[in-house]
Amino acid sequence: MIISRYRLIHKACVTSALGLAIVLLTGLMPGIQAHAEYGDVVLNNTSKAAGMNPVIFPHWVHRMKYSCRACHESLGFKMKVGTSGITMQKIFAGEYCAVCHNGKVAFETAKCQLCHTGKKELPTQVHRSTKQTLVSPLE
Amino acid sequence: MNKQNQRWIILIVVSLFIMPLLGIAAEQAVPINRLLKPHKDENRLLKEDGIHDPANPELGKLKEPTEVLKTLEPGKSGNFVDWSASLEKGKIKPQYDAKDPSAQAMPMDLNVVIEVTGSAPNVLFPHAAHLKWLECNNCHTAIFEAKKGANKTSMEKILKGESCGVCHGSVAFPVNDCERCHSQKK
Repeated sequence: MIISRYRLIHKACVTSALGLAIVLLTGLMPGIQAHAEYGDVVLNNTSKAAGMNPVIFPHWVHRMKYSCRACHESLGFKMKVGTSGITMQKIFAGEYCAVCHNGKVAFETAKCQLCHTGKKELPTQVHRSTKQTLVSPLE
Repeated sequence: MNKQNQRWIILIVVSLFIMPLLGIAAEQAVPINRLLKPHKDENRLLKEDGIHDPANPELGKLKEPTEVLKTLEPGKSGNFVDWSASLEKGKIKPQYDAKDPSAQAMPMDLNVVIEVTGSAPNVLFPHAAHLKWLECNNCHTAIFEAKKGANKTSMEKILKGESCGVCHGSVAFPVNDCERCHSQKK
């Protein structure tokens, strides 16, 4: 009788420890994910090969001052991430970002680290998009 | 130990094991779509957001979402900003054209009610709210035919980033804000 009681206590301890471990693990998991702003775009088509940090384009900053149309219609930015074919040559020639980022309307493009702010390993993506948050993310 | 005590101990042990599992289920349960992870977040500092490189010395010169976004109309999801309400109340005045500061939007006021096959309320699509940010050929005809009933869509397509999901779910308010689109009782 005494043995079985100890067994029960032992079982109770093991199962509750397991339960606690599961709760702690799931509680810690969101801490691993990134918490950037909705709509933050990471652009890393050519940055990695050039030894630069990827660009993070914050939609939220830009849409406070400009309509979607301002860039997505008149400046040639495509809606789908990574498909516009933006390169530094084009930007230095005054296209894309440089239409505003010219030192007059917004900071000039020579200030590399103001745009190339991403962590090195990040792939091209729209951060926190529905596609990205699906349990089985689409490519 | 009598049998009743034993039963109590077994009950406690079983419940100790099940309760955390219930907790996990609650954490992972999604009110709208089982494929979506739960939305539980807040605006963060850039250096703590997980994608900005904290070693970048220029990071301090950029605007912080925690500072700037709280000045706008609060929203339930996305950036936790209601961008349309912020525009309506004049808290932001987005320039319509990149090069011409005097260009003004000409929002066509045409509401389209889209009947929904499932149990959700019907969708009301307001052209006016969209045309304050966009122009006709942002959507027509690459994404939508300019004809009522010609654009069959589904939540699956939208979740995959097609149809409305080109913007809603990456920049415009996300799809877990159901009632903003599904607003018309059947």
